[in-house]
Amino acid sequence: MQITRRGFLTLSGAVGGGIALSSLGLNLKPTQAYAEELDKMGRMKVAKQSTTICAYCSCGCGLVCSVDKATGKIFNIEGDADHPINEGSLCAKGAGFFDLTEANKHRLTKVLYRAPYATEWEEKDWDFAISRIARLIKKTRDKDFITKNAKGELVNRCESIGHYGSSNVDNEECWLMVAKSRALGMVYIDHQARV
Amino acid sequence: MTNHYIDMRNSDCILIMGSNAAEHHPMAFKWMLKAKERGATLIHVDPRYTRTSARCDFHVPLRSGTDIAFLGGMINYILQNNLYFKEYVLNYTNASFIIGKDYTFNNGLFSGYDAAKRKYDKATWVLEKDEKGVSKRDMTLSNPRCVFQMMKKHYSRYTLDKVSAITGVSKENLLKVYKAYSATTGPHKAGTEAYALGWTHHSVGSQNIRTMSIIQLLLGNMGIAGGGINAMRGEPNVQGSTDQAILYGNLPGYLKMPSASADTLEHYLKKYTPESKDPQSANYYQNYPKFFVSYLMSLFDNKATKENNFGYDWMPKMDDGKHYSTMHMFDAMYAGKVKGYFCVGADTAVSTPNSNKVRKAMQNLDWLVGENIFNNETYEFWRGPGVDPKKIKTECFLLPAAATMEKEGSQSNSGRMIQWKYKAAEAPGDGLPVGEIEIKIMAAVKKLYQKEGGPNAAAITSLYWDYLDGKGHFDALKVSKRLNGVFLKDTVIEDKAKKTTTLYKKGQCVPGFGNLKDDGSTASGNWVHSGSFLADGTNLMARRGKDDPTGLGIYPNWAFVWPMNRRVMYNRASCDINGKPYNPKRAILEWKGDKWVGDVPDGPWPPMADKEKGKLPFIMKTDGIASLFGPGMVDGPFPEHYEPLEGPLAKNPMSGQLINPAIEIFKSDMDKVARASEKFPYVCTTYSCTEHWCTGALTRWQAWLLEAMPAAYMEIGEPLAKEKGIKNGERIKVSSVRGSTTCVAMVTKRFKPFTIEGKTVHQVGMPFNYGWLFPKDTKDDSTNMLTPTVGDANTFCPEYKAFMVNVEKA
Repeated sequence: MQITRRGFLTLSGAVGGGIALSSLGLNLKPTQAYAEELDKMGRMKVAKQSTTICAYCSCGCGLVCSVDKATGKIFNIEGDADHPINEGSLCAKGAGFFDLTEANKHRLTKVLYRAPYATEWEEKDWDFAISRIARLIKKTRDKDFITKNAKGELVNRCESIGHYGSSNVDNEECWLMVAKSRALGMVYIDHQARV
Repeated sequence: MTNHYIDMRNSDCILIMGSNAAEHHPMAFKWMLKAKERGATLIHVDPRYTRTSARCDFHVPLRSGTDIAFLGGMINYILQNNLYFKEYVLNYTNASFIIGKDYTFNNGLFSGYDAAKRKYDKATWVLEKDEKGVSKRDMTLSNPRCVFQMMKKHYSRYTLDKVSAITGVSKENLLKVYKAYSATTGPHKAGTEAYALGWTHHSVGSQNIRTMSIIQLLLGNMGIAGGGINAMRGEPNVQGSTDQAILYGNLPGYLKMPSASADTLEHYLKKYTPESKDPQSANYYQNYPKFFVSYLMSLFDNKATKENNFGYDWMPKMDDGKHYSTMHMFDAMYAGKVKGYFCVGADTAVSTPNSNKVRKAMQNLDWLVGENIFNNETYEFWRGPGVDPKKIKTECFLLPAAATMEKEGSQSNSGRMIQWKYKAAEAPGDGLPVGEIEIKIMAAVKKLYQKEGGPNAAAITSLYWDYLDGKGHFDALKVSKRLNGVFLKDTVIEDKAKKTTTLYKKGQCVPGFGNLKDDGSTASGNWVHSGSFLADGTNLMARRGKDDPTGLGIYPNWAFVWPMNRRVMYNRASCDINGKPYNPKRAILEWKGDKWVGDVPDGPWPPMADKEKGKLPFIMKTDGIASLFGPGMVDGPFPEHYEPLEGPLAKNPMSGQLINPAIEIFKSDMDKVARASEKFPYVCTTYSCTEHWCTGALTRWQAWLLEAMPAAYMEIGEPLAKEKGIKNGERIKVSSVRGSTTCVAMVTKRFKPFTIEGKTVHQVGMPFNYGWLFPKDTKDDSTNMLTPTVGDANTFCPEYKAFMVNVEKA
């Protein structure tokens, strides 16, 4: 990747600041940051790059993710300069996109389960969660299923299970959730479009 | 959006009302500023002075919840001063249609009102038809019962004095906005409107938008470059999630969810397939059966046959007239009727109004399934403030999800642009894409029903569910092609115009929704997505072409825009009846002899001057023209001002109806209202900030963003702060009749008191981005502890933007 004019200005600002401060015997962090940035620029040259779309408002701004080929990890995310809507720019949230990756220690990484009346979560595996959830769906649905309504009309619905979300998952995922919910007979289906 | 974000730059005047675009849609605002550089006027109408106001030509503050009064005054101004674009109004709107003789409007109520049910019977909200069944028209617009005259009469009540007294906007400011905006009338100017949650979050939200739509039609601003009515939507795929219909009342592509009275497929299709006797109306929804049957085929594939009504009987049916929105769901959960709950990528314990009620309701759940990338207040409800986990029976699952750049798939922006995203890395730990989690849960459920059976088991066992790849992972392309639509058998299609015949093999993508069939030979999960793939499987959503043939920034080869890559909706209305662009300098479309050139037109037919083959421009409307008189709404064919459910006034200055007569009133013991109350004297509104997003459920976990905006606060105008003895930075308690929370006081010049009906009314505002779970040391809770359970009469979008509170030192 070529160093852009904006990137150059950022780097030259960082190096200037670093020299000024270290010569006064002060903070060396900016120089270290500069070294890290230089390293990052080097890494980006050989990185696998792929595009994505921002996960916040609905402008649909483009971003570019750089992935270290050796580790498979994302190490940089920035605005997509070729994207006609944002032309490389991002707002504060988009600019902080990297903090959504696994570098953020708050990311959920395990299946968590909280038994009735328990005071803590416990870690479980997918097989446990999927089979237990499927069983709970069937139990609730079969117990409360409404084949005919008060007027005797065929309604084939389940009013005791609700679904909410989400407008921050992909179209294909949204569609699957609706197909699943309707096949189960659910009617309490809603999401952020109404918020 | 009728138009798209880049198109903002083509406008001559941008009215930003119901939005703080600079802070919440900064990249959209960039295009508005480009218009300003070209000489456009930017206007901000909003209760609060914001960064948007700072960059606009002028800011006009109005009291929350009075937008219809403000805009009704603008309609009156346009009509009284003959500023409407007559040719456009005559040809492209129902201004000349005659309203049925039994329609009336008296003292805030339209004809057909049933006070006990709080519902209108719309039988009298009709337009007269001639003996052939075509709507009658008076092209002189002089018939006293024509839409134009009735509308003029309706809005003549919205005088400057009246509007000023309701909104708190000075008459000078009203005129300033009305003059600047109505200058976009006629063929050569374009005006656009940018709104967001500031318009939808009201018990009259839909009518706020309709009032502006009427203005846009009167000025000839619909269908043109730099025009339209544009929702700055607030979630990355909220357009797509709406298109896929995670909504109780719809199925994908805006098809209707069946109600019980539509007992057979035949009755259902008859109910929702409109008929038009007007030969010039394309009445595109006459194709409804093709879209609907293709949807059923996408669900049930070879298990759906003509004999079993393509699986229609398996589908759930709502009770007629009953609603199942978020607020209804929590109301039913509070009553103990909803026992299992999926909360995917959301934080409803913070985002839903009257959060106290919501959290109490969740305690009745037998089980809860969460799918998300971070934890949040909803998933932790069982140990929230004041809750003893040892008393909560709910079995809870929190499933780790892949973040957006850890999966492949498509996302639709507000301009209906569907863009393809790629997977950059694996999700951390055991994380999986939500799509894969959902596929696996349902596959397990299917197995149980195949083995054990159960009520209406066929709906589950017949569901086509082959969406994993060879390695057992979520295959987004497989689903996406299903949405686009596929041929279920070899099909030959003849194109008479091009004199070609093409053979499509079973399994190939349909090239567009024009190829969908109602005989079970095509499956399409969402007809509006048709055309996003070519028949050979080329994914148009992944395109990155930057050519711009019109020079108007529509980039036709960048991604894919539904429908059929049309960038500006209703674009045939940008041309006169002969197909010549009203504004040749901003020609989005032109009829050149035998075809349309420019954007993808709203249908291939010639312009309407061709009496034989020509079609009217608004092809999705049964009459082919836009509705100034809109009988589709549940709360009136002409928008009317009503006060919010909870407001400072005891009487509506416009009529004898204080609140919207058609809103549903929730009646649980936790649904209290304090109207015109001395205990809760201040109008409160809610909003977001640049650094946080929605409930903050994603952004509060991010150190950089949290550092920039660390804690909940309330903006209080200087006069009120002085009156209450509250200093900037002090901790305060905010309460409504339903609940309370604490936050930091931000004493500001951005809110000024209003003079309403001669009295001083203070307004305050709070961001809705905070909750109790994180940051860890927070003492504050959700703003929605304060808000009421009430929604717009048409959409049930909650009234987060106007309610009453008290403020005191904590």
